[in-house]
Amino acid sequence: MPDGSIGTPIKRREDQRFLTGTGRYVDDFNRPGQTYAWMVRSSVAHAKIKSVDTSKAEAAPGVVMILTGADWAADEVGGLPCGWQVIGKNEIPMHEPLHPALVADKVRHVGDNLAVVIAETKEQARDAAELIEFDLEELPAVVSMVDAAAEGAALVHDDLPSNLCYDWEIGVKDEVDAIFDKADHVTKLDLINNRLVANPIEPRAALAEYDPAGDHYTLHTTSQNPHVIRLLMGAFVLSIPEHKLRVVAPDVGGGFGTKIYHYAEEAILTWASKKVRRPIKWTADRSDSFMTDAQGRDHVTTGELALDKDGHFLGLRVMTNANMGGYLSTFAPAIPTYLYATLLAGLYKTPAIYCCVNAWFTNTVPVDAYRGAGRPEACYLIERLVEQAARETGIEKTEIRRRNFIAVSEMPYQTPVALEYDSGDFIRNLEDGLEASDYNGFASRRADSEKNGKLRGIGLATYIEACGIAPSAVAGALGARAGLFESAEVRVHPTGSVTVFTGSHQHGQGHETTFAQLVADGLGVSVDSVEVVHGDTDRIQFGMGTYGSRSLAVGGSAIVKAMDKVVEKGKKIAAHLLEASVDDIEFDAGTFRVSGTDKELGIGDIALTAYVPHNYPIEELEPGLDETAFYDPKNFTYPNGCHVAEVEIDPETGVVDLCSFHAIDDFGKIINPMIVEGQVHGGLVQGIGQALMENCEYDDQGQLITGSFNDYCLPRADDVPNFVVGTNEGAPCTHNPLGVKGCGEAGTIGAGAAVTNAVLDALGTRGIHDIDMPATSHKVWQALQQSNG
Amino acid sequence: MATTTVSMTVNGKQVSAEAENRTLLVQYLREGLGMTGTHVGCDTTQCGACTVHIDGMPIKSCTILARQVDGKDVTTIEGLADGDKLHPMQEAFRENHALQCGFCTPGMVMSAIGIVDRNKDSLDEKTVREELEGNFCRCTGYHNIVKAILSAHKEMTA
Repeated sequence: MPDGSIGTPIKRREDQRFLTGTGRYVDDFNRPGQTYAWMVRSSVAHAKIKSVDTSKAEAAPGVVMILTGADWAADEVGGLPCGWQVIGKNEIPMHEPLHPALVADKVRHVGDNLAVVIAETKEQARDAAELIEFDLEELPAVVSMVDAAAEGAALVHDDLPSNLCYDWEIGVKDEVDAIFDKADHVTKLDLINNRLVANPIEPRAALAEYDPAGDHYTLHTTSQNPHVIRLLMGAFVLSIPEHKLRVVAPDVGGGFGTKIYHYAEEAILTWASKKVRRPIKWTADRSDSFMTDAQGRDHVTTGELALDKDGHFLGLRVMTNANMGGYLSTFAPAIPTYLYATLLAGLYKTPAIYCCVNAWFTNTVPVDAYRGAGRPEACYLIERLVEQAARETGIEKTEIRRRNFIAVSEMPYQTPVALEYDSGDFIRNLEDGLEASDYNGFASRRADSEKNGKLRGIGLATYIEACGIAPSAVAGALGARAGLFESAEVRVHPTGSVTVFTGSHQHGQGHETTFAQLVADGLGVSVDSVEVVHGDTDRIQFGMGTYGSRSLAVGGSAIVKAMDKVVEKGKKIAAHLLEASVDDIEFDAGTFRVSGTDKELGIGDIALTAYVPHNYPIEELEPGLDETAFYDPKNFTYPNGCHVAEVEIDPETGVVDLCSFHAIDDFGKIINPMIVEGQVHGGLVQGIGQALMENCEYDDQGQLITGSFNDYCLPRADDVPNFVVGTNEGAPCTHNPLGVKGCGEAGTIGAGAAVTNAVLDALGTRGIHDIDMPATSHKVWQALQQSNG
Repeated sequence: MATTTVSMTVNGKQVSAEAENRTLLVQYLREGLGMTGTHVGCDTTQCGACTVHIDGMPIKSCTILARQVDGKDVTTIEGLADGDKLHPMQEAFRENHALQCGFCTPGMVMSAIGIVDRNKDSLDEKTVREELEGNFCRCTGYHNIVKAILSAHKEMTA
């Protein structure tokens, strides 16, 4: 296989700069004359702003300007927009309260933005901020969704009738109720999918510059999608036309979803840069991040699975309360609806599904997509129910899955919850997972653990998810306010090297390398002669960015389409040069050949001719070799797999030791196996983190208790083992040119359920059959104490 | 706020800059000297992205004042490679895909070199994982980082 082509684990070219400290992250950029912004944030969860006095602060050393919510309101700039409108029952649209970047009326969560201080140095800005006097009248905080739903609860948004954002459903309740009434067995669980903080290691940052000569703005920001920021901020917040606004997302240190959204600081800095007439730089401290980055998950669910006496699933009935936080973040309403409820069939043939979702405002930090975004929540619910049903019916947990899996022969499979799966061999993944984890040998490993006084458990999660978002018309019909296609420009230079401009963004995924592999393979050039450009709205026409495991499936497919156009034009040039009919020209591995002959030209010759068009079909063809394509996906893609976790618990301490984790995943065709494994490893640790240690907690006043790494337990290297991961490529995606499904989120989707199922398998020997994530040592120990007592 | 002239050797070069008494070493490096390879990832000393070597020992540069380092010998990520030739630890990270977004990487590499230095005779997976407690990575899941460090150990102690 030629070096670098599809399927080879070539090393990443971006590593050179990351390993030598020459990466360029937003905080690394500096501009002459720059000022520094310090955000003044609320330290209480819910309060009316009676007055703000900035006079002492304005006089502090180094202060250039101070702006408050009153200034924001006075300029009549827009609120931060929500990009997805959910329509609930009876065609009632969700409530969409105003989300000002700086608040004037009241603060609605710890971390809500009161003011910005712009000064010569960061320290001067911070010192001056302490001199601002706020008169805040504290109001009762609604922290949990139970609080938010209570009769007479304080309103987070006073212009709404209650704290309910929307009441949405999928499926026909009466039909599903009837099935449950007649079922032989019903398994029921009350589950919490706990709130998490994404915590990419790079905190958010922004640098805004205004150029008076052109009335033009440039914003550097830690974003996963610079064009989306340009669109949202330009069109909906600051009324800056797109041709006057450049957004650059350079090297970005991790995203995991939390860097998708259009944040207040981006708008505030851009808005203020025209007032200050000097560049303004802002970088979050980690404590800022904890109270302003969109948080993840936070569902409270009652799930019921109806079965017949042979363990076949007859119906699934779900009620989920989903926390939106104090304001709607950019994609928040879609997460517990279209990215969650539509996945409730899982891998199973359950014929009837009903799900109702109520979304609530609370006085907490806004919640939005975090790696997996709705699918970890769906998988957790289903796989907890499945293993619980196995326990209750006595049908072994792998056997109950086999009885209900959708078979290969049933593909494509239309689920009862809108999505149609294209391909996947679920039985094969299960068998491979069981073999890799030596499932059959578990009993003897358990006996050994017991001899040492330990409890051992093995748990599975067989999952499917929907990513590669999304067909634009489908997304639009479901309330998305944007298209979800992707763009690519493939520019072949006169001397044969290639620049690929992609609307995707990399913040760890390795696209600079993998997209170069795609193009090297597609055009038959060396991988070193291909450069991938991303992250700058001035250089790339448009893009929807990277999230939802979409870059290869959608971004990569756009590149393939652009390459097809390049080859098509190349054939016409070759036909002219080789004096043949264009229908007789074949293209393979960089060579254009008259079929059946040895008359051929390399792509280098074609490129040069395109830019030096002397012997050229100039009447029919323009010079140049530079093609743009947009790709709108035909469907979501459906990665799927089998995750197996094995734990050993010390009953004396409650400590859960994760002994092993095996993952078998179907990502369709694999471009770079090394990068795919890395994505799985990272996702697994985030899922394991949720299951065993991570939890975002507020007290009953809405104070963020886990506001730093002192209190929020991020997994460390000695919290997790080595992983065994494998992929099955036998079921490629049927509807994109690459046959790829995406792999970025799979680890988080299966791991939480697999680990929790393993913990319950271990604790089941002591009569404990329920525990919520995270299964910390304290929680496990308490459960063991209570079961003994 | 009072300032003093703080001088030290960084990557073999004598440097000198004015710094406030409260200036952290990481700020001195990033802002005073414009060396942005060392990163800030947290404000409670846990994440380790700021790790540098001071007189050969891995130290979190967010938790030491520039003044405290006056006269000492500092090595940052920018000083590891020898021209185009990467340090064995850098090479091992590349070979083993031990980085994704790259943000934790400078601190991770500096800490990793310390792990090898402290465990020259032998190094196992368990020890590597324990000694990495002071460095967070959110992208890689640590699996390849551990692999890289064990591989570099062989190379560096050969």
